[in-house]
Amino acid sequence: MLTLLIIEQVLNGLQFGVMLFLMAAGLTLIFGVMGLINLAHGSLYMVGAFAAAWVAGATGSFLLALIAALAAAAAAGALVEVLVIRRLYKAAHLDQVLATFALILIFSEGTRWIFGSFPLFLDVPSYLSGPITLPGGIAYPLYRLVLIGIGIAVALGLWWLTARTRLGIQIRAGENDREMIAALGVDISRLYTLVFALGAALAGLAGALVGAIQSVQVGMGEPVLILAFVVIVIGGIGSIRGAFVGAMLVGLTDTLGGVFLPELFKLFMESGAATQTGSSLASMSVYILMSIVLIWRPSGLFGVRA
Amino acid sequence: MIREGVINWAILLGLVALPLWAVFADEIFTITLTTRVVILALAAVGLNIALGIGGMVSFGHAAFFGLGGYAMGILAYHAQTYAALDFGIVEIEGTKSMPVIWLVATAISALAAWLIGLLSLRTTGVYFIMITLAFGQMFYYFAISWGAYGGEDGLSIYVRNGFPGLNTLVPIQFFGLCFVALCVALILQWRLRGSSFGLTLNAARQTPERVETVGLNPMKLKLLAFVISGAITGLAGALFADLNRFVSPAMFSWQLSGELIILIIIGGVGRLMGPVIGAMIFVALEHWLGGLTDFWHVYLGAILLFIVLFSRGGVIGFLTGKEGPHV
Repeated sequence: MLTLLIIEQVLNGLQFGVMLFLMAAGLTLIFGVMGLINLAHGSLYMVGAFAAAWVAGATGSFLLALIAALAAAAAAGALVEVLVIRRLYKAAHLDQVLATFALILIFSEGTRWIFGSFPLFLDVPSYLSGPITLPGGIAYPLYRLVLIGIGIAVALGLWWLTARTRLGIQIRAGENDREMIAALGVDISRLYTLVFALGAALAGLAGALVGAIQSVQVGMGEPVLILAFVVIVIGGIGSIRGAFVGAMLVGLTDTLGGVFLPELFKLFMESGAATQTGSSLASMSVYILMSIVLIWRPSGLFGVRA
Repeated sequence: MIREGVINWAILLGLVALPLWAVFADEIFTITLTTRVVILALAAVGLNIALGIGGMVSFGHAAFFGLGGYAMGILAYHAQTYAALDFGIVEIEGTKSMPVIWLVATAISALAAWLIGLLSLRTTGVYFIMITLAFGQMFYYFAISWGAYGGEDGLSIYVRNGFPGLNTLVPIQFFGLCFVALCVALILQWRLRGSSFGLTLNAARQTPERVETVGLNPMKLKLLAFVISGAITGLAGALFADLNRFVSPAMFSWQLSGELIILIIIGGVGRLMGPVIGAMIFVALEHWLGGLTDFWHVYLGAILLFIVLFSRGGVIGFLTGKEGPHV
C-alpha cells in the first residue's frame, strides 16, 4: 500500500516538475542569451491558459486550444519584446525587474478587464481523462501521464534545438559573445525576438496544460514563476540541463514533502500538532532545498559563475 | 533647478501640514491616508539603505515587513486572549505596549535579515534578486500554513496598542508617533550615508575588489547594512499592522516587495527623501486612480514603465536635474 502511494506521489512530483521545467527553460534561455530577468514570464503562462480556455470554450477542441495557447503566448512575447524588453537588455537588473513588474500589472489587470475576476475552466478532453492502469496495478490519471510525456518531449526537443540545429548554434554563440555573432552577419535583434517568443510559447503551453487541472484565473502565473526562479537558482542560471534537474528536484520535494512530512511527524508527535508542523515545514521545504544548494554551490548545480 | 535640500524640507513640511489641516477640517480619512504614507515611507527608507546605498536589490523586503506585522499581531493577540505564549521552556505574556512590540519587531526582523543576508549575499546580481524573492515567498507560505495565528485569514486586533502618555486611538496622535519614527529613520539614513561605514558601503557597491584590498570585508559591510535595512522595514510592519489593527499573509506578499521598490524608484534611488515622496505619490495614485477605476494597476504599470524607460533619477532627479547613483 505504501509503495503504491509512494509511486503515485513520485509521478505527481514528476508531473509538477516537468511543468516547472517548461517555465524555467524559457526563463533560463532568456537570461542566458539576453542577460534579462523577466518577471512577466508568469503573465505569458497566464496568457496561454486564457487563450486555451477561450478557444476550447468556443470550439470544443483541446488540440486547437493548445495551438492557440502556443500562438497567443508567442505573439504576446514577441510583441512585448519589440515594444519594451528590447530597450532593457543593456539596462541595470533593477530596471529590468521594475519594467517587467510593470508588465505584470498591465497584463494581470488587462486580463481581469477583459475576462472578469471569475476563473475560467478548461476541461481535460474525454480521450485523455480517466485513470489508466500501470504495470503493478496502479491506477493513475492518464492526463497527468501525458503531461509528463509532453514535458520530457519538450526537454529532448530543446536539447536537440540547442545542440543540433543552426538556430541552436546561434543561440549558444549569442550567450558567449553577442558582438562577434552580430559581426558574423546574424541579425541579433531578430534572434532575440525569436528566443523570447520561444520562451513565451513554452510558458504558454505550460499554462494551458496546467489550466486543465487547475482553474484558469488572473494571478495564476506568479506562484509558478517564483518556483521557476527557485528552479533556475538551484540548476544554475542559463543552463537548460540545470533547469531540468532543478525542476525535478523542486517538483519532487514539494509534492513528496506535502504528503509525507505530516505523516513523518505523526510518528513522534500527537496528530494535530504533527499535521500543523509537517505542513508548515512542507511549505518551506523547497526554499530550504534552495538554501542548502546555495551553501554548497552558490552558482547552482550546473551554473558556470554567478 | 531646485536644490535637493530645499525639496527635502518642502516634502517634510507638506507631510506635517496635511494632517494638521485635516484635524481642523475634520477630515479623519486624510489623516489615516497620510499615516499610511508615513509608514510605507518608513519601510522604503529601510529598503533604500540596502538598495540605494548598498546596491542590494532585495525583492524580498516584504518578509521583514510581515515579520514586524506578525510580531505585533502575535503579541497583541496573546494579550487580548490572556493566554501566554508557550515556548515549552519559558512562557511569555502577550503585550499591548507599543515600545515593547517595536523592540520585538525590530529584533526579529534584524535576526531574519541576518539569516537571509548570510545566505543571499553569497551571490550577486540576478541570483540575489531571485533568492530574496524566494525567501520572501517562503515566509508567505509559512504564514498561510500556520493555522494557529489565523492562517490565510490573518489576525484581527480589536484595540490599537498603547504608548505611554499618548492616546493612540486619536488618529493625529498615532500619526505623530509614526512621523517621529520616520524622522529618526531618515536621520539615521542621512548620518549613515555620511559616516565612514556609509562611504565604505558605497565603495563596496561600486568596486568590491578595492574595498577588499584596503583590508575591509565587503560581505560584512553589506550584511550589516542589510540587517539595519530589514530592522527598519520590520518596525514599519509593526506600525502598519497597528494602523489597520489587522495582520495577514498579504503583508508577506511579493507584490508588497515590488511596491516598496516602486516607491523608491518613483522618488529616486539612493536619495534621502526619495522613499518619502515616492510613498506620497504612490498612495495618492492608489487613492485617486483607485477611485476612478477598479483597474488602476494598469495605469500604475504604464506610469512605472514610463519612469523606467524614459526618466532617470525619479522625481527628485527630475526636480534637481541630477541623476541618482546607478544600482
